[in-house]
Amino acid sequence: MVSTTAPTVGRSVQEPVRRSVRDRYSRREVLTAVGFLIPALVILGTFVIYPIASGGFLSLTSWNGFGTAQKFVGLANYTRMFADHEFWNSLLVTAVYALGVSVLSVASGLVIALLLDAPLRGLSIYRGIYFLPVVTSSVAAAIVWRYMLDPSGVVNRLLTGVGLPTVDWLNQRWTALAALTLLTVWKNLGFNAILYLTALQALPVSLTEAAQLDGASLWQRTRWMTIPLLRPMTFFVVVQALITAFQSFDLVYVLTGGGPTGGTEVLGMLMYRYAFKLGEFGYGAAIAFATLALMLGVTLVQWKATGSGESDLA
Amino acid sequence: MSTTTARTRPARWGTAARHTLLIAGSATVIVPFVWMFLTSVKKRSEVFTRLWPSEWHWENYVHAWQAAPFERYYLNSIVMTVGIVVGHLVLDSLAAYAFARLRFPAKNPIFLLLLATMMVPQFVTIIPAFSLVVQLHWTDTYWALIVPRLADVFGIVLLRQYFSTIPKEIEEAARLDGCGRLRTFVQVVVPLSSASLATLAIFAMLFAWNDFLWPLLVTNGDEMRTIQIGLAAFQGRYATSWNYLMAGTLTSAIPTIVMFLIFQRALIRGVAGTGVKG
Repeated sequence: MVSTTAPTVGRSVQEPVRRSVRDRYSRREVLTAVGFLIPALVILGTFVIYPIASGGFLSLTSWNGFGTAQKFVGLANYTRMFADHEFWNSLLVTAVYALGVSVLSVASGLVIALLLDAPLRGLSIYRGIYFLPVVTSSVAAAIVWRYMLDPSGVVNRLLTGVGLPTVDWLNQRWTALAALTLLTVWKNLGFNAILYLTALQALPVSLTEAAQLDGASLWQRTRWMTIPLLRPMTFFVVVQALITAFQSFDLVYVLTGGGPTGGTEVLGMLMYRYAFKLGEFGYGAAIAFATLALMLGVTLVQWKATGSGESDLA
Repeated sequence: MSTTTARTRPARWGTAARHTLLIAGSATVIVPFVWMFLTSVKKRSEVFTRLWPSEWHWENYVHAWQAAPFERYYLNSIVMTVGIVVGHLVLDSLAAYAFARLRFPAKNPIFLLLLATMMVPQFVTIIPAFSLVVQLHWTDTYWALIVPRLADVFGIVLLRQYFSTIPKEIEEAARLDGCGRLRTFVQVVVPLSSASLATLAIFAMLFAWNDFLWPLLVTNGDEMRTIQIGLAAFQGRYATSWNYLMAGTLTSAIPTIVMFLIFQRALIRGVAGTGVKG
């Protein structure tokens, strides 16, 4: 697929200026490149690129996943989606979840990174601890949280211990979504902290030192210098958080299964239910493409809003 | 990570205050793991009633592993993980080398196309990829678990970036000695790139061991389930046997935690590297 389409005619003496493909590339090198690329491109072409195109077509059909009858229905799946209250519920759930995860990821990652950014005994131990949930599987993390959030679990025992009423966290719409949000942030905290720490250590020390000599307090330096300088990384962390939220599946599947009554049914769960539980592959594919469009749209808006990810002071 | 730069940086906060806050933060991270361990050795009657187990029931681990075919899940996960890690190391590095060093037509368009696929959520590809695997009669086989994930774009991007930094002269010397491209690659470039390859390997290992949705779709019976799918099914069946469930969960998490402790530097360097582009 990459090989040259060089004309077989020999080089003509009359046209020395327009150099052919054959001139610009050595045939040997091109063949070597093809050999190096083929294994990866065959895999990615078959299981990533072809499925994207095929999924786009699928979203225009009413295929049930079996047989060859892919009945073309035009945009019917998309119009159905806009009239489907389950889709709107899922969109609302995903939006609230994405917002919560973004804000809390930035806040928690930034605070931990600021605390870690200077020599300190046991720094690598802290870093290791904060990274533990990152390397733990979503299934394992969600099972432990389910256990802790059980009506008679440790969280409720702590609440009764200080005289508060117990909460059935995972069986009420908004508390279940809050639990899912906190679990997601908890799981990615170490990742976000390392990202911010890398950015912090790349900042010029001279700037904040000068401000310190001018009498700026720690809070003033952090608020008006460090945080604005970190803006490109904040953009990156927010985009990562949005991708996490829009792609979320494993944590939801194990923690709540999408319940109670759709209270945590993010777009990924909705797609899964329609495509793989109800066998509506066409409609599932349409939901997947809507997710992709939303993700790209939100990233673009965020990109414009933060001024192309440039920092103010740099 | 970078103690040399850190040493020159002034402390932002008082040391005692920083330790206090960091320990408080660490507690919220580590308490669930401690809780998981303590519960895994409790009697069932103490699961919700005691913080510290009155007796240590190590046999819970044996019971948990007998209640479901965990050895089989483990084996399947190991086979799948090894396959995916080796696939990423070989296929990604070959492709990355072509993008970094070789001249061929449509190089940039192909690379950009691959980059664009990184933005696409897996939900978009998963329905057609699944029906493809069904048509190939690959469900409930290692083929389905491994082949579709033998290569990935992240690894190609990561390695291409690194290969471009290797001075060309080093390779040219080898080529003058009569080495072909493949031999130059294997004998000169690969040994120079061990750190980047380690980063890719640890990322691939974590991805494969913890992956959930794809193995969930392409496996039906206990025979081919991976550890994550087996664990989720175990939870469905033994929802109230929290001590066994915690024992199973902890054993499922041990490989990634051990690998993390060994390859901590490579992993953290890799995470830091993903942000540099951002």
